[in-house]
Amino acid sequence: MSNAVAHADAHGHAHAHHPALQHHFDTMGQQKEAAVVGMWVFLLTEILFFGGLFAAYMIYRVWYFDAFAEASRSLSLFWGGLNTAVLIGSSLTMAMAVRGAQTNKRAATVNWLILTMILGTVFLGVKVIEYADKFEHHHVPGYNFQWAAAHEAPAAGGEHAAPAAEGAAAEPHRELALNGDQLQLTTQIYFSLYFTMTGLHALHMIIGIGIMLVITWMAWKGKFDAEYYTPVEMAGLYWHFVDIVWIFLFPLLYLVERHT
Amino acid sequence: MTIFGIPIFPEQASTFAKDVDALYFFILATCALFAVGVSIAAVFFGIRYHKQHDSEIGARIEGSLPLELLWSVIPTIIAMVMFGWGASVFYHLRRPPAEAMHIYAVGKQWMWKFQHLEGQREINELHIPAGRPIKITISSEDVLHSLYFPAFRTKTDAIPGRYTELWFEAQKPGQHHIFCTEYCGTNHSGMIGTVTVLEETQYQAWLQGGGMEGTLAQRGAKLFNDLACSTCHLDTGQGRGPTLKDIVGTTVALQDGSSAVVDEAYLRESILNSQAKIVKGFQPLMPTFQGLISEENLVALIEHVKSLSPNPTTAAPAAMPTPAPAGEKK
Amino acid sequence: MLDKLKIPERHYLNNGHGLASWLLTKDHKRIAIMYLISISVMFFLGGLFAVGIRLELATPQGDFVQADTYNKFFTMHGVIMVFFFLIPSIPAVLGNFLIPPMIGAKDLAFPRINLLSLYIYWIGGVFTLYAMISGGVDTGWTFYTPYSATGSNTNVVPTALGIFIAGFSSILTGLNFIVTIHRMRAPGMTWFRLPLFVWAHYATSLVQVLGTPVIAITIVMLGVERALGFGIFDPGRGGDPVLFQHLFWFYSHPAVYIMILPALGVMSELVSTFTKKTIFGYSFVAFSSLAIAVFGFIVWAHHMFVSGISTYAAMVFSFLSFSVAIPSAVKVFNWTATLYKGAISFETPMLYAYGFMGLFLIGGLTGLFLATLGVDIHLHDTYFVVAHFHYIMVGGAIMGYLGGLHFWWPKMTGRMYSEFFSRIAAILVFVGFNLTFFPQFVVGYLGMPRRYHSYPDEMQVLNVLSSAGASVLGLGYLLPVIYFLWSLKYGQVAGPNPWGASGLEWQTQSPPLTENFLEVPVVEHEPYEYEHIVAKEKHLV
Repeated sequence: MSNAVAHADAHGHAHAHHPALQHHFDTMGQQKEAAVVGMWVFLLTEILFFGGLFAAYMIYRVWYFDAFAEASRSLSLFWGGLNTAVLIGSSLTMAMAVRGAQTNKRAATVNWLILTMILGTVFLGVKVIEYADKFEHHHVPGYNFQWAAAHEAPAAGGEHAAPAAEGAAAEPHRELALNGDQLQLTTQIYFSLYFTMTGLHALHMIIGIGIMLVITWMAWKGKFDAEYYTPVEMAGLYWHFVDIVWIFLFPLLYLVERHT
Repeated sequence: MTIFGIPIFPEQASTFAKDVDALYFFILATCALFAVGVSIAAVFFGIRYHKQHDSEIGARIEGSLPLELLWSVIPTIIAMVMFGWGASVFYHLRRPPAEAMHIYAVGKQWMWKFQHLEGQREINELHIPAGRPIKITISSEDVLHSLYFPAFRTKTDAIPGRYTELWFEAQKPGQHHIFCTEYCGTNHSGMIGTVTVLEETQYQAWLQGGGMEGTLAQRGAKLFNDLACSTCHLDTGQGRGPTLKDIVGTTVALQDGSSAVVDEAYLRESILNSQAKIVKGFQPLMPTFQGLISEENLVALIEHVKSLSPNPTTAAPAAMPTPAPAGEKK
Repeated sequence: MLDKLKIPERHYLNNGHGLASWLLTKDHKRIAIMYLISISVMFFLGGLFAVGIRLELATPQGDFVQADTYNKFFTMHGVIMVFFFLIPSIPAVLGNFLIPPMIGAKDLAFPRINLLSLYIYWIGGVFTLYAMISGGVDTGWTFYTPYSATGSNTNVVPTALGIFIAGFSSILTGLNFIVTIHRMRAPGMTWFRLPLFVWAHYATSLVQVLGTPVIAITIVMLGVERALGFGIFDPGRGGDPVLFQHLFWFYSHPAVYIMILPALGVMSELVSTFTKKTIFGYSFVAFSSLAIAVFGFIVWAHHMFVSGISTYAAMVFSFLSFSVAIPSAVKVFNWTATLYKGAISFETPMLYAYGFMGLFLIGGLTGLFLATLGVDIHLHDTYFVVAHFHYIMVGGAIMGYLGGLHFWWPKMTGRMYSEFFSRIAAILVFVGFNLTFFPQFVVGYLGMPRRYHSYPDEMQVLNVLSSAGASVLGLGYLLPVIYFLWSLKYGQVAGPNPWGASGLEWQTQSPPLTENFLEVPVVEHEPYEYEHIVAKEKHLV
């Protein structure tokens, strides 16, 4: 750049600044665009963050498919399915909240946000139930881990069926004699990943609810209007992301070889 | 090689050491050429185009596509040569000859334990004959270690739960360093030893002097009885487990429809994680020995089973790292 | 002749006084200064551990400290230098300070996140320092399992936690830079008018944002493995210790590009300014930064050639590793071509630039030895590797950092330092560095393993040379502390553009205003045009 830099006045528009415009931005548009790019970059980092766990999961699932299938069948489809519905619902309520802010409806925004938080809390409550069940059954990896040989998944129930006929592309179901020693070892890997993945997800939910509290308070205080509701939208993006992570976790953890 | 008594280059004590060194010198020469070339240019330009007066500025030269292509393409070609040459030397280093003499090594904090098939056991010392290829199968009892013979130019990590291997052929008698080159805790730098290369006849003489418990395979035979393997694995094949006679190198059909080659990796897995690959037609009755058998005893058992196949089918074993417990492939 | 220059009346350093005005600032320049102080402290702490290492290695026996203590020394040296010095250094200090003025902006896109990133760095540092004070950690900075999960009885978890936390500082800095460079450029500042320093930081930020989360999750996995007894890497339960290495190096290889790319950006600025010439092949240099960032993600397993990966995998990664060497070579050739028909002067920043060229060249070229499979088997985990990465990290990244610091010091403080002492320091660093690390190539090929507390007698002479060099290097690093501090009070006033450099940051006062510009600049010229710049206030001591 040379000395002859022309100076121009950036404040070409003759309107008063929105109170939410920060001093280092020129326009609300620029500020919003920066927020959007920033949030998407952040979500990209979250994808990489969870990605490491997904990578480890995929590798071990290929190596120890039987153990994964066995362990997966011990999870409750009811609670998992319920949580999936709850989260999807909460994404809907979140989207409604953003819409409310966008259309300047303060009360509606606050209400939808509160509903979102309630659904999020329900999700966490269900996880508490599930975790408690794991503790009882000694399925927490580590010193006290026990994979009982006679353990049957509540949803699957009963013995495994004889091998399915053809369908050569799918792996034929093997009749497993459940050897306690082998499963004792490798199901621990499944549960290590289960707890780490769902635990990390739950942590993100808790943080999300915390963010929602702040956004709800701001909405209630009337800080948002049709021209400025970026924080609601950004919080929404984060919330949807946490929801999507669960959409991946659910089939990978709960639905391994459930067709038998 | 030494300068004023200071060693600056290791001995070439194995047959492929000179190959590694030749490659090294090629890369060294190429790098030196570029380093010196660029340095001379930079220094020369620095002098030749030194600013003469305060407000002088440089010529307006923005670039040159031909030059950019030249100095992208030529380094790429050189890099490909380095890669290709390196890959071929590497391939040679990774393929032990079929007739290689077999030795087992176990790394544990903080020592190397070597076991000869004839029964000799050594700690931090390794005696080998000159002029014969030697293959070392390595595992670890605890954390990662790495077995390194700088004079032979080869090393491989010792990984708990797996077998890895390296090979070399020492050309002449001498003594060389053994190092552990994967940090393993307090006495990592104490996990060193000496490999002594002996003339063939001297090596034979050395062998006579040791092995209180017989050969490795004989020790394995004793374990086979002590651990009650013999109660199920009858020679007749009528026992609760398959016969182990003449099975090494053959392919067995497994319960799930797949098949497996009977090599060291399969034998190891079958002992440690018996449910993983059950032979078709047999019940899953065999107990698992994971955690119940040391690495040294494991190799003894494996050698015993191998001794039951005096003319093993030479099926090429799967590339050695053995899988750890249940059915994965590497 | 020269007008008597004065420090401007109003600037970012006197805009608000007291601790709160610093700790709660949103000004990227103040944040940069606080980072400068923090990483300097960390540098000298890491350096102390290096002193301990070299003192021990002056004799073959392990007689200076106990083995466990030595193991802690090299671990903590690595952890501090990598995570708390090198990774933040140029981006957090120079990037933070310079990117907004370079693109014509008043601040970064997210000033409060910038401050948060500094707080997070401090918190991470506290955890790690606590771990060190309360017993230390001895796993090596690479934390390989199973030793780090079950074998070591040292403070693995607090250290890992500290690194985990500091990682978020790095991520947020990268995120901030990406958004800033995309959205805050002044009118007329198109992508191809950006200084190459900005391109380099953009590429670095991509790596920070994509790579750091992976080490974060790897540390989480190690943490639950160790603290809760989970079995993800435990071979006894079917886990794979080598999986840890894959996950670790997936970040830690790109991490080395986080450490060097910014220095490569500094280099372009120095070479251009001190040849008064545009960088030869601007777009090639710009794209090579991106290429390095991208290729850096696909070569990680070249750290694992002897770790039990398959022959086939080894060949793939070896092949790919050569790809990352080419863009680096392209940069070096372009800088050399820039010298041709330049108007070259050798102020201290240019001395660092020359030093960088030589040392980065050697460091980068020795990487080829390690990418070559046949030779890497012999060299892996020996001192050859130690020498290689120190040539790049210290000979490259730190020289780049010091060169940048010496270049932009007058802008940041309004003062010039002693040219005489700074040149001496630059020479001491160059000579001391080579003396310290060149013998390590030789002793590495001889077979001396890394992380060895004691070693065979015949390797002593080379080690003594290395230790002797370290003392020269240490002196070279101490001098700048003295003359920089001295310059703050007694240094000659610098004026806006003492070097006659191009770049928007040199069109403002030194030190700059808090808001950088009184009016938003409009850019109408290409980068690195010197025709219109007259170094009115150029000073040479």
